[in-house]
Amino acid sequence: MSENAKLPPLPTGTFATRAITWSKKNLFDGWFNTILTLGSIAFLMWLIPPIVEWAIVNATLSPTIEGCAEATGACWGFVNANLRLILFGTYPFDEQWRPLLAMILLMGIICGSLGAVKYPSFRKAIIPMWVIGVPIIAILMWGGVFGLTYVQNSYWGGLPLTLILSSIGVIFAFPFGLLLALGRQSHMPAIKTVSVVYIEVIRGVPLITVLFMASVMFPLFLPDGVTIDKLLRAQIGIILFTAAYLAEVFRGGLQAVPRGQFEAGDSLALSYWQSMRLIILPQALRLVIPPTVNSFISMFKDTTLVVIIGLFDFLGTVKLALRSDPAWTKYYVEGYAFAAAIFFLICFSMAKYSAYLEKELRKGERR
Amino acid sequence: MSKPQNAPGDVRSKGLVDYLNDENVRAVLYQIIAIGLIVLAGWYLVSNTLYNLEQQNISTGYGFLDLEASFEISETMIDYSAQSSYATALMVGLLNTVKVSLLGIILCTIIGTIFGVARLSSNWIVRKLATVYVETFRNIPVLLQLFFWYALIPGAFPHPRDALEPIPGVLLTSRGMYMPVPEPDNAYTLMAIAAVIACVAIYFIKKWAKKRQDATGQPFPMFLAGLGIFVGLVLLAYLAGGAPTDMSMPALKGFNIQGGYNISPEFMAVLIGLTVYTSTYVAEVVRSGIQAVPNGQWEAADSLGIRRSVALRKVILPQSMRVAIPPLTNQYLNLTKNSSLAVAVGYPDLVSVSNTTMNQTGQAIEAISIFMSIYLGLSLLTSLFMNWFNKKMALVER
Repeated sequence: MSENAKLPPLPTGTFATRAITWSKKNLFDGWFNTILTLGSIAFLMWLIPPIVEWAIVNATLSPTIEGCAEATGACWGFVNANLRLILFGTYPFDEQWRPLLAMILLMGIICGSLGAVKYPSFRKAIIPMWVIGVPIIAILMWGGVFGLTYVQNSYWGGLPLTLILSSIGVIFAFPFGLLLALGRQSHMPAIKTVSVVYIEVIRGVPLITVLFMASVMFPLFLPDGVTIDKLLRAQIGIILFTAAYLAEVFRGGLQAVPRGQFEAGDSLALSYWQSMRLIILPQALRLVIPPTVNSFISMFKDTTLVVIIGLFDFLGTVKLALRSDPAWTKYYVEGYAFAAAIFFLICFSMAKYSAYLEKELRKGERR
Repeated sequence: MSKPQNAPGDVRSKGLVDYLNDENVRAVLYQIIAIGLIVLAGWYLVSNTLYNLEQQNISTGYGFLDLEASFEISETMIDYSAQSSYATALMVGLLNTVKVSLLGIILCTIIGTIFGVARLSSNWIVRKLATVYVETFRNIPVLLQLFFWYALIPGAFPHPRDALEPIPGVLLTSRGMYMPVPEPDNAYTLMAIAAVIACVAIYFIKKWAKKRQDATGQPFPMFLAGLGIFVGLVLLAYLAGGAPTDMSMPALKGFNIQGGYNISPEFMAVLIGLTVYTSTYVAEVVRSGIQAVPNGQWEAADSLGIRRSVALRKVILPQSMRVAIPPLTNQYLNLTKNSSLAVAVGYPDLVSVSNTTMNQTGQAIEAISIFMSIYLGLSLLTSLFMNWFNKKMALVER
């Protein structure tokens, strides 16, 4: 049989006949599928027009409460009027270019890192990017040097805060998680036990309990007179939590490296750290790039939990804007829809990219 | 890893350096150092904590559990009042957590399976709809979804005065949903006992039927027989109990609705949010589970002349279950852990009650240690159960 014999016949006929053939095969194949198709169309007819009418046709962008009261549809004016509060929280109004710049820079570094992991030659650039980028972001946000006024981090909020908490969480959890994963694979019983207990305990409890612990118990742990602020405590909680999940991701990668590779390192008389650095980790980490991106996505979504301990991340600022004036409170659908759209855009595109990466990185294994 | 050994002819006595280069000695040393550091850090934290607690005049210990809680809880499954102890309050919270998690697990399994199967449908429009559902709800943070549902329910439904009545007896109001429930009667206890007896009977009949089929090849209509036994026995108990028909109907009295069973907006928000969010993950698990079964299995069943529906039940599903169970366990655990977000919408779950307790008594360490260990216990129980189930389903090879 030649290669060509396996291919389906080329579509022939006019567009109309092809459309009919296609829908016969994909929509009206048998009575059960016909019912499903008709049911689905009826459902869409019931669902879509009112939503379009509400969200677009009858909606208003007028950023005043009066303008919104007149409109029968969505009041996007709520978002329009409170955009800066939603995006940047209570950061001093005149200084809001700083979180904006920091956010763009951070997004650039995140996108840059995600892009760079695809190409082995660019992977080396990832660490320098963060090493240079994070201090610049810190300077922009805190200020106090180069003529920038100092902004206490209790004023930080909005989308920059969500991005900072989740990306710094993953970046700092990375080395910690790696150590835990290596500890779990270790032949030394004490180190193995400590790692396993840490990983399993953290994975067994919800993030909110870790955040409560960070916000309520950390202050008790510290010596007299030393305090760390709420944001930093939440950040530490997020790092400790993420590390346990990343450790399991890394373990998957380490287990996928064939035993022969470990033995090859031994037979070259490399020390443990040498063979890890030169032989094992480069292979293991390449395998775990997509699940690491997925961990970042779930961390990004979970960061919203800091609302519960009283920080104003992106979801918190939406709630803040809803409460800023009693007249706005009833436009919660618009507020939450806006936040949901932003979260969806970021998470969906990262998830798609992660799926694409998974396929790309496997190319070498396919023959 | 091999240990470096001295050659038999080596007469050189071992010096300190040799010991330090011995892999085993090093391993012990590393472990001593690691444990030492952890103990040191722990001791430092504990001593700081004790000092701080002493400064703030907070006594440690779990004695506070017997004190009067003196706060009300809106939803309780056991007897509770403000005079009850903190321990009872925490128990109420735990039961609420278990209630919403169990219901959520059941619902998300059903909905997730439907959407997982729909994503593999040969029907284009059904496939696309299922994909949109899964991609939308899994990429929006679950807390945002909870807030949304919690804001929507009181906003979308009317005041109890002009409650909606979609089905006679069921009232939808801004204070939640009200359903008629039967008035308590001895007949219901009798029915519960009958149900248990029916289950035991079905178990033994199933054993007998399998034995007979193994011996003679004769199949037994187990499903119909089981259904008959169950419904028959329960119905019999109902009639024997005097067939009570009294129902507690919800009705407007004064400014609020009395009678019936109330499902609060908080509970609905948590349940809907958790179910929708987790069902998208379950859908993906189901989809990959079905896709993991090779097409040859369908063809093999066909060539043995097995009906499609029997093939699905006896050939395909048992194999896809095997692939799906471990990730499904993870999703159930995630749902249980996410139920702690109930604190954000005011549903009195374990974390919410503990939080109130913590604020009232200042016993932060004790309260946090209680709910952390309960969640750990729940996680452990779920994974033990699923491991047992997994073992039962696992492929038995020679």
